[in-house]
Amino acid sequence: MMIMCREATKLMSLSLDRNLTRRERLALRVHTMMCRPCRRCQAQFELLHRLGEQPPTTDDDPNATP
Amino acid sequence: MTTATSSSHEPAINAHIAALRPKLVAFARLQLRDGAAAEDAVQDTLVIALEKHATFEGRSAFETWVFGILKNKILERLRQQKRYANWHAFDDQSDDDAFDTLLQGSLFQPNGRWQAAARPQAWGEPDQLLENQGFWRVLDACLIALPDNIARVFTLREFMGFSTEEICKEVGVTETNCWVILHRARLRLRNCIEKGWLDSP
Repeated sequence: MMIMCREATKLMSLSLDRNLTRRERLALRVHTMMCRPCRRCQAQFELLHRLGEQPPTTDDDPNATP
Repeated sequence: MTTATSSSHEPAINAHIAALRPKLVAFARLQLRDGAAAEDAVQDTLVIALEKHATFEGRSAFETWVFGILKNKILERLRQQKRYANWHAFDDQSDDDAFDTLLQGSLFQPNGRWQAAARPQAWGEPDQLLENQGFWRVLDACLIALPDNIARVFTLREFMGFSTEEICKEVGVTETNCWVILHRARLRLRNCIEKGWLDSP
């Protein structure tokens, strides 16, 4: 099953919310192997998925407005 | 800020809380997308933190605990402000599709490949990015720019750690719809962050 970038981003997003089927996983893997922009996109989605892990980085100055 | 305790550690605790406060406000603002609401949530949190701080030994345990309280306060406010009427927009399939077409068209070519201008660029090391104040500032602006419904689902998923099944119950959308919303939110955010990031000095 060949997929294009749009479908690949859909599967990347989905993989963060539920388990992909074997077929979906393979299709995504084959696509990202060939496509650097999609590998970047995947890394960025994963970064967004980590946002809740830690508080934001802010100025240490308590009077600073965020 | 008023303190309800008269512990000898009070000055240290006040300093500690004062140092923590900007992080708390920034965290709340990302999720509530409203400065005043964020300040309120943090005030409520600090009242509890000041009352209960004596029971904590370590500083990091205390901070984790304070963030836990804040998450609950944010969730309370998200529930109050969710303006349920807005959620009906999700049932309107034609609105949904029009929006989707617009978004997807700016990101992807008709054949499904990235548009040249929207092709993802390298962002560098994730851990360094998460420690970069500028990154959080851009993220804050990009979250505010998201439509309410999309931002709320994203917040529940990524900041609150709700499963998509829990989000369905919380906001009354189907799980499939939830996955679609999250896909859009992530595409829009990554695009917005990249634009904001590259445009900033």
